[in-house]
Amino acid sequence: MMKNSIQRYPGESKWHGLLYLLPAFVVYALFTLIPIVETLRSSFFEWSDLGKTSRWIGLGNYLSLLKDASFLKAFSNNLIFIFFYSFIPIMLGLFLASLLSRKRIPGLTFFRTLLFLPQVISMVVVGVIWRWMFNPAFGPVNLFLSAVGLSHWQQAWLGSFEWALPAVGSIGTWVQYGFCMVLFLAGMQRIPEDYYEASSLDGANSVQQFFSITIPSLKAEIGVALITTIIAALRVFDLVYATTKGGPGESTLVTGYLIYRSAILNNQIGYGAAMAVMLSLVLLTLSQVIQKLMSGNEEEIG
Amino acid sequence: MKPRWNQLLPRYIVLIAFILVVLIPLWGAVMSAFKENTEIASNPFSLPQNFTFDNFRHAWTVGNFSIFFKNSVIVTTIVVIASVFLSSLSGYAFGQLPMPGKKLLFPLMLVGYMVPFEAVLIPLYNWLGLLGLRNTYWALILPQVGLSVSFGTLWMSSFFSNAPKELIDAATIDGANRWQVLWGILFPLAKPATTTLVVLIFIWTWNEFLLALVMIQSESMRTLPVGLAFFQGRFSADLSLMAAGAIIVALPTILIYVIFQRFFIRGMLGGAIKG
Repeated sequence: MMKNSIQRYPGESKWHGLLYLLPAFVVYALFTLIPIVETLRSSFFEWSDLGKTSRWIGLGNYLSLLKDASFLKAFSNNLIFIFFYSFIPIMLGLFLASLLSRKRIPGLTFFRTLLFLPQVISMVVVGVIWRWMFNPAFGPVNLFLSAVGLSHWQQAWLGSFEWALPAVGSIGTWVQYGFCMVLFLAGMQRIPEDYYEASSLDGANSVQQFFSITIPSLKAEIGVALITTIIAALRVFDLVYATTKGGPGESTLVTGYLIYRSAILNNQIGYGAAMAVMLSLVLLTLSQVIQKLMSGNEEEIG
Repeated sequence: MKPRWNQLLPRYIVLIAFILVVLIPLWGAVMSAFKENTEIASNPFSLPQNFTFDNFRHAWTVGNFSIFFKNSVIVTTIVVIASVFLSSLSGYAFGQLPMPGKKLLFPLMLVGYMVPFEAVLIPLYNWLGLLGLRNTYWALILPQVGLSVSFGTLWMSSFFSNAPKELIDAATIDGANRWQVLWGILFPLAKPATTTLVVLIFIWTWNEFLLALVMIQSESMRTLPVGLAFFQGRFSADLSLMAAGAIIVALPTILIYVIFQRFFIRGMLGGAIKG
């Protein structure tokens, strides 16, 4: 990314770049970097008097987190969301990519625009729309079920202990699958036609080609899709706030909402900070691991 | 080789089915916004029998969406301009200028882009409270600029480090200094990169929810997404009014997206992870 071959002007200081970096760096340091350090620091303290006094308790907050049923519930809900936000959309994306595969599809740009639409809409708006879709009395989901003779499948989707989590999760699927499809379709355009022709001559059928050519060639795209959608599943907040606020009970509670509830609403600063640190560590570790697994050795195909 | 229609048709059917699933809820919301409540329950997806603008008028005035809209426009405009300006400077520093410690500073700039916002929010909430800046535009603008320059620096530096050397050298020989090279030569050349950056930061800032939810206490300072969330608490039974409110929030980002979709999709596919 950065080239070492930068030439200095005659008489130019080797520090010149700092002058240009400084304005952005000051804002970034004050409003992002230093707060991150402070979050880490405050996670080792117990806070009282609405955050005015604090007492060092080392890893105390982290140890209580691991015994906190609400946190464990929230975090396991995030993991279930990975199935809805990441696994299903990536499977659907690969399915569509394999189906459309190397054939030029007239009008694909237009379809691509529509598939991508949920990505640009505020998650609060998405939540409002889907609360209507899932409305028990007059929501289209239940209306549809009764119209096709499946009235006994009707549910109070977002109000049900059993169904609220998969219902919110499937909204995540709705948001993410178009993104995965567009990503993989773009990647397919890069695969040279020769690969498929050569393997056809060797007698490979289209299923074998899918696993031996398409999937390995899309490794980088699958990596981007995994990182993006898993991060979305672990960070989910707006959608839960706008649909269920974690309810009924704690059935759709997620870590982001629990941090908000503890640190902001209930003034448990250290406890909320410890959760934020844990979430950050999980996110950073996962994206590093996926990047490692999915980068490189694309040349081995063929 | 031109594909034949009988080969394409099954593929189109599957593709269109996926697109319909995306569109049906959105279509329903748009139709509902132009209907009266009684009509939605019986016929959610049909065209309105009595086409009405009352829901929008109602949301705009009684629902205070005119105020939320103004707040969102102010915050988003300032964040976009400040972030793109600052990121151009810092990206130029990394891509073209002599600077010590680049190898250390660059990953440091990326931390904010990778860490979840909750990790930034808790101290900001307390500090801005102490400074009396909570419930002001500053509380929404400054943290959002801080986050945006993290991604913006990465984005602009990768453009500037690949800028054509001959052009820069020619301008230098003509006596242009670093500042003039940036704004006279490179910035105009960077238009596709800056357009993508503008579109991404616009959509992220317009849709930002958690920061505005936490920092803003009074209704008159709410941005559109927060305004809509509280609106839902008050009017959740009034479906057509909710739909009109939702459309007011979503329309600007959809318009920007449709106009600049090439740039947005390029940014997202380039791995610009939604923040």
